[in-house]
Amino acid sequence: MNHQIVLRVIAKMFIPFILLFALYVQFHGDFGPGGGFQAGVIFAAAFVLYGLVFGVDAAKRVAHPTLLQWCVAIGLLIYAGTGMMGILLGGTFLDYNVLNSHDPVHGQHLGILLVEFGIGLTVASVMITTFLCFAGHRPS
Amino acid sequence: MIELIDLSLLLFLAVLAVLVARLHNLFAVVMVMGFYSLVSAALFTVLDAVDVAFTEAAVGAGISTIILLATLLQTTSEEKPQPLRLVPLVIVLATGATLVLATGDMPQYGDPEAPIHRHVAPRYIEDSAREIGVPNIVTSVLASYRGYDTLGETTVIFAAGVGVLLLLGRSLRATKDDAGGGA
Repeated sequence: MNHQIVLRVIAKMFIPFILLFALYVQFHGDFGPGGGFQAGVIFAAAFVLYGLVFGVDAAKRVAHPTLLQWCVAIGLLIYAGTGMMGILLGGTFLDYNVLNSHDPVHGQHLGILLVEFGIGLTVASVMITTFLCFAGHRPS
Repeated sequence: MIELIDLSLLLFLAVLAVLVARLHNLFAVVMVMGFYSLVSAALFTVLDAVDVAFTEAAVGAGISTIILLATLLQTTSEEKPQPLRLVPLVIVLATGATLVLATGDMPQYGDPEAPIHRHVAPRYIEDSAREIGVPNIVTSVLASYRGYDTLGETTVIFAAGVGVLLLLGRSLRATKDDAGGGA
């Protein structure tokens, strides 16, 4: 789609706002609708738009496949690691109360933030990876 | 007024579902499925489930449509017409009739005496503000009270990603130069 100048310009204008909206949904999920799942998908949508307009090879240069594969695992590890921190600090698995020694409510906030970030990272990188795999595959 | 909106949305869903089953052009089917997700999202919004509506609009209408279109690129966009088979039709009709019959026993929508509103929901609603301190109770249930379930959901997405990587991962590493020959 290299000759579609209107598409290219509009996509370039929209992508920063899509990414910003994804970050808003990610970190505002405690207050309004949203959270890691939705934010991850919206974040991935920006890369999908980039890949559709500028080509899969250009998208691979922005979102490097090796880095993506690491992120798929790291997101889940952040989630499970937050759970393990609960055990290490003397609570139970996924008990966020012990994450802050002064105020259990602050521990809850920290736990939810970390867990949602892990979800967002895994969801976004799985979605981008899936898109790149399907769109980049040539049937033989 | 709200009944009219509900009725038209549900009617629209039914029409779209029949279209998905009847159409043979898979490209059109993918588009209709996107519409189906969007109408579902509208229905969830009417039910005040904005978090679910958000997910449905982003995943169902957005990413799924793109990935299904990419799948059509790998296969074909025309479905071979199948002859009408009697046994599957009877099973589907019987299951549907059972489900419609069972809705008669379900509690009214929004009934405070319904079992689902008398189990753990009151505890979440009453104690969430004090224990978790997060204004969105959906988030506190999803990430804290039911953190174990959400860990499982994230693992499912992780497993799906690993599955795609195992099946199609080779194309991810291939650049234009070494993959372009076969295309």
